[in-house]
Amino acid sequence: MLNQLTIKEAREGLQAKKFSSVELTKSCLEQIKKLDSKINAFITVCEKEALEQASKADGLASQGETLEAKSLLGIPIALKDLFSTKGIRTTAASNVLKDYIPPYDATVVKKLKDAGAVVIGKTNLDAWAHGSSGENSDFGSTKNPWNNECVPGGSSSGSAAALAADMCIASTGTDTGGSIRLPASFCNTVGLKPTYGRVSRYGVIAMASSLDSIGHFTKTVEDSAILLNVTAGHDNFDATASDAYVQNYTESINKGINKVKIGVPKEYLLKGIDKNVKKRFEQTLKELEKLGAIIEDVSLPHTEYGIACYYIIQPSEVSSNLARYDGIRYGNDRFYFGDEAKRRIMLGTYTLSSGYYEAYYKRAMQVRTLIKKDFDKAFTKVDAIITPVSPTLPWKLGEKINDPLKMYLSDILTVTVNLAGIPGLAVPMGIVDPSTSSGQALPAGMQILGPQFSEGLLFQIGHAYEQATNWHKQKPNL
Amino acid sequence: MIARTISMKIDVSHIAKLANLPISKEEKEKFEKQLSETLSYIDKLNEINTKNVEPTSQVTGLENVTREDQPSPSLSQEEALKNAKSKYNGLFKVKAILENEVSKTSSNLTIEQFNNFLC
Repeated sequence: MLNQLTIKEAREGLQAKKFSSVELTKSCLEQIKKLDSKINAFITVCEKEALEQASKADGLASQGETLEAKSLLGIPIALKDLFSTKGIRTTAASNVLKDYIPPYDATVVKKLKDAGAVVIGKTNLDAWAHGSSGENSDFGSTKNPWNNECVPGGSSSGSAAALAADMCIASTGTDTGGSIRLPASFCNTVGLKPTYGRVSRYGVIAMASSLDSIGHFTKTVEDSAILLNVTAGHDNFDATASDAYVQNYTESINKGINKVKIGVPKEYLLKGIDKNVKKRFEQTLKELEKLGAIIEDVSLPHTEYGIACYYIIQPSEVSSNLARYDGIRYGNDRFYFGDEAKRRIMLGTYTLSSGYYEAYYKRAMQVRTLIKKDFDKAFTKVDAIITPVSPTLPWKLGEKINDPLKMYLSDILTVTVNLAGIPGLAVPMGIVDPSTSSGQALPAGMQILGPQFSEGLLFQIGHAYEQATNWHKQKPNL
Repeated sequence: MIARTISMKIDVSHIAKLANLPISKEEKEKFEKQLSETLSYIDKLNEINTKNVEPTSQVTGLENVTREDQPSPSLSQEEALKNAKSKYNGLFKVKAILENEVSKTSSNLTIEQFNNFLC
């Protein structure tokens, strides 16, 4: 089935004229029609535009357009509905923007289209990226393709689920506190959170401006590198985008990990971690050692303050970024905000208000320095750090929805990465039996962390592990 | 030195007004409870000694990113107005904020008279 291909396989097939982009796109659209009424991964499906773009891609291919010029020619990609797409509704999964049609493309969208990608649709998410489960969407929750009673993780719930269900060949997401890595882990896909500023944020609806990272979901690590080659780079429209050198991320992917030093922070193997997730993680470390890596203990002493620090800085920045939604220039007025958005706006307004700014926001920024220094120190000892993405397997829909604080604590292993601005690559580490019930086995992922702009190393490690274990080849029963 | 703990009670009505968020009475109670729980949790940060620690807001070390002050093409007026629910004569139309005699007669005032009125 064409929709089950990876980017690499699809490109080879298209170049060899085994099939066309129109056929590949139709295969994805068929899968969406078949399954999405159950999974609810998409808010908008761009059938007409996608087939037009696919047809155009086939035309360019027949005229000899090369992969060097257009590395994603004819590849159907789904975009998280935070990415502004010119002429195509962009909602942020909120009723505030349910009829908003952007008059411009985000820089990343423009880059993907210039590389020849076919935009197949806009995926569901927690509204405004506020959430860890996909349940805060004004367009209904997305279901985990591995078990429809479980959450797919959030906030990039639709992008992860769509990919896991083979409704697209790749998808985009954003990660502010774990919103790519957690759903990637819960849906058995690869998820990349690049270094802060590696990919332009222009045109992506902002959540927290000092934390937002623009990334993507793919079926393999190599596909992830192919996509980063397209999206990475400086942008005049984003003053926080870095002009750090963009290497060719696919070049060093096969180097292997002999003598690579990998740190495991003891603070991440929490008391409350699911014992089967812990067991699988420990086996993963042994698998890495077999491939030549050297596993060492490291310490990140301020880990336990990550959530407290994050839940001051992020809502503060959210309250500022969401002030623009007044219904005047676009969208509906603030009455249309959902509960979680209101909570975060109020929390942020409070922590930034006169008399409280020093005690909360300024203090959190100081703790942020300490958290970043923990990582800087650890990276003088080791090349990369590996931890589980989540202390638990995907939980049941509805389980945490009435306890916002409990939901926030789901991000306990992911937020420190955003505070430090470092990259994280989530890679499947196995399908694990739940230890607390007799339910079916569910995906678990690990995250590979490195110093800022070390994505090349993360791909090298992830690819070596993936090729030796093949977890990514397992598919949900659809 | 540990900082003094700030009171956990959050005045939801006041905060909602500052943030221009419409909140019903039922919502007020619900949010009060949920926000207080969150605030109690984030109070954890008071355990840390942050004396002499520099705050970090820009995590990749960028400073003073500027460009040449050259205007360049942006959105057309039509594109910018496309999603507005209320427009008039190529402009965004909003509710009046000055509702007294001044708004009706301001066009007859001199600049000096108008400024005197504002002061």
